[in-house]
Amino acid sequence: MSTIKLRYDIPANDFVTAGEASSNVKKKLTQIGVSSDKIKKAAISMYEAEINAVIHGNGGYADVEISSDKVIINIIDYGPGIPDVELAMKAGYSTASDNIREMGFGAGMGLPNIKKYADKLEIFTEVGKGTKIVLTVYFS
Amino acid sequence: MKLSKISEILKAQVVTGEYSLNYEVTAACGSDLMSDVMAYVTENVVLLTGLINLQVIRTAEMMDIKAVIFVRGKLPLGSMVELAKEKNIVLMSTEFSMFVSCGKIYEIGFTGCKDKEVIQLASEG
Repeated sequence: MSTIKLRYDIPANDFVTAGEASSNVKKKLTQIGVSSDKIKKAAISMYEAEINAVIHGNGGYADVEISSDKVIINIIDYGPGIPDVELAMKAGYSTASDNIREMGFGAGMGLPNIKKYADKLEIFTEVGKGTKIVLTVYFS
Repeated sequence: MKLSKISEILKAQVVTGEYSLNYEVTAACGSDLMSDVMAYVTENVVLLTGLINLQVIRTAEMMDIKAVIFVRGKLPLGSMVELAKEKNIVLMSTEFSMFVSCGKIYEIGFTGCKDKEVIQLASEG
């Protein structure tokens, strides 16, 4: 199978369309016959990264590559960047504002969840410039 | 346990998914924080929540959760109902609080997701 490439915009602070990109990728993986447990890993890790871009990253976009043995998901934003990645990876730590928390976000589990569900996670970030999350889920 | 039984115990109104009440679930999760749901849910659960926004349905979709029950008499928004219909997720609403709702289904044999650490702690007394 040749590589499938998909691209999605992620609008900033838009909690209506947030999650659509991940939902579309989940549907695509189902259509091509990936096993349900691998789909779940990809969907949840992408969804958490997508929500992070909406809440913290001032929006951005997702570039997804699906090949026969894996999916690689790049979530890119031009937001404030992450000053302390190790701190951001701590379960329960969140910089979400009060109005974001009122919507049920800000549990501080986003990055820990991505690490839990993805087989590989890379974080590229620079304060003042933005963040790129690259996550990989292998199908076997 | 079938969703129909849970609906009966919680005297819940079925908002959408009335033809899917024979679906069986194995555990339950009560939470208003969706990232906690994704962090800690490991089984085929029914989700109880008081949170009303579209991301509840998205979380259920990503987690393959088949039923969401809104507590404290809360009702989902129209957009939530539409998305739930599209994704075949049952939505219900109960007047009971989160604490009482969880207690009522715990009484009839529902547990939370199996967590090795919790089981270990419980066995140590």
